[in-house]
Amino acid sequence: MTESRIPAAYMTPGTSSFADFLTAQSPDLLPRHNAVPGNLTDIAPHGTTIVAATFPGGVIIAGDRRATQGNLIAERDMRKVFPSDEYSAVGIAGSAGIAVELVKLFQTELEHYEKIEGTTLSIEGKASRLSALVRGNLPMAMQGLVVVPLFVGFDPDAAKGKIYGYDPTGGRYEQTGYTGVGSGSLFAKGSLKKLYRPDLDEAGLVAVLIQALYDAADDDSATGGPDLSRRLFPLVHVITADGGRTLPDAEVAAVAENVIAGRLQRPDGPIAELEA
Amino acid sequence: MSTPFYVSPEQLMRDRADFARKGISRGRALVSLQYADGIVFASENPSAALHKVSEIYDRIAFAAVGRYNEFENLRIAGVRLADMRGYAYDRRDVTGRGLANAYAQTLGTIFSSGGEKPYEVELFVGEIGDSAEDDQLYRLTYDGQVVDEHGFAAIGGAAESVGGYLKERYTKGASLEDAIRLAVAALGHTDTDDREIAAKDLEVAVLDRNRTQPRKFRRIRPATLVEILGSVTATPPVEEAKPTAVEAPAEKPVDEAPLATPVDDDGDPPIAPPLD
Repeated sequence: MTESRIPAAYMTPGTSSFADFLTAQSPDLLPRHNAVPGNLTDIAPHGTTIVAATFPGGVIIAGDRRATQGNLIAERDMRKVFPSDEYSAVGIAGSAGIAVELVKLFQTELEHYEKIEGTTLSIEGKASRLSALVRGNLPMAMQGLVVVPLFVGFDPDAAKGKIYGYDPTGGRYEQTGYTGVGSGSLFAKGSLKKLYRPDLDEAGLVAVLIQALYDAADDDSATGGPDLSRRLFPLVHVITADGGRTLPDAEVAAVAENVIAGRLQRPDGPIAELEA
Repeated sequence: MSTPFYVSPEQLMRDRADFARKGISRGRALVSLQYADGIVFASENPSAALHKVSEIYDRIAFAAVGRYNEFENLRIAGVRLADMRGYAYDRRDVTGRGLANAYAQTLGTIFSSGGEKPYEVELFVGEIGDSAEDDQLYRLTYDGQVVDEHGFAAIGGAAESVGGYLKERYTKGASLEDAIRLAVAALGHTDTDDREIAAKDLEVAVLDRNRTQPRKFRRIRPATLVEILGSVTATPPVEEAKPTAVEAPAEKPVDEAPLATPVDDDGDPPIAPPLD
């Protein structure tokens, strides 16, 4: 670490926010940069579709694996869903490089608070910290490097899963039931609208979310569907009272193969029942 | 104007050392033991909120005795240093040795500078590796000396008699339960008599290699402590107070049984389990 005495700022009690400390001590490490002229939309890859939904006792977030740059596929196996701590996770859409840095900062922020204060933040508190980080990126967003996260977590007080959507200014909106973010989210949300039921169990909801991602990939060129030849499948993270876990590839693969088998019979997916 | 008395540098340093030592010896002892799967820290601490043992990073823990405000500042500085380094580089680049160095430099500078009161603290920096041979335990004194300890060490008031007790009884590669029992027995040992310390007055935490999460720090809860300590002494009051403790000793003869207890806690977040 340092070869001499620890700097005074480190020894001064005060903020328990890592982002604030970083801003004061080493602002060059923040995931934002000095203003450069022009529109930067296409200089870096973009991550695309994330979906999330609640079920009794928890919440699930899932994301496809594709990143695009202009009309090209930049990454086929990108991770866009990250656990942010034991009881929360964040999915990101938008400028990939900045988004990944933002997530790293957010993860450190939560862990730092937990260690300094000896207690975890409330789910609202976590969502609020993420707001501040997204807002800090606004100047970059104005130049086309937009990052829009989707935050999910388990609220031990209410004993249920919660979902927060964001806008590029850091505005945060708690969502009920399900939501999506990213270029394919329009189609994913349309799919979820017809398939989602609040009383689905964990396995059922995973299947519904994979269906929604399939629908997004079906109509949005920037969203990747399950890649059977390369064995690349969406990332699915489930959070319940017992904590969070990312589903193993084999588990998601089984669901995805099932979805694809169904689509071979009916390419548009399951039919929502008409009420009489 | 009166001429100041001449004080030799030797005398000055001796006075400062006496001052620091006196402050430290007023407090309780804290012990640290290497066991088969990591390092255990134990201290008598009736407060459940003000910790002497804390998590610094994935594999690094901090334990201290002396003046609370002083070691709390050092702890916060350690968390900030570690998080800053892990964020700027990688999680693997945060090392216990680096942290111990930074503390040593800081304590040494403060001790020998005329302007500042010496810190009345003594501390441990523990780091676990992939196997018991890679585990590190550093003991730092008020004047910035670093001692690379092997197996066990004690700091704080009565450290000598506690350390002597450990020296006679410590065995390498003990189980967690045995290590905790020995640590607690050592804490209760004085030259004149041995007393039993109630589980609620103990603060015990471990760096546990077997945790599946990257963060290996874990606090041992009072209920678990009652089980571990009760299985040896099995005093009637303990059994009446905690019905579960009655069952636990019965299972203990099986060799694998002791391991099952800590693994149960593994799903909990390392610092503040919100679901109690």
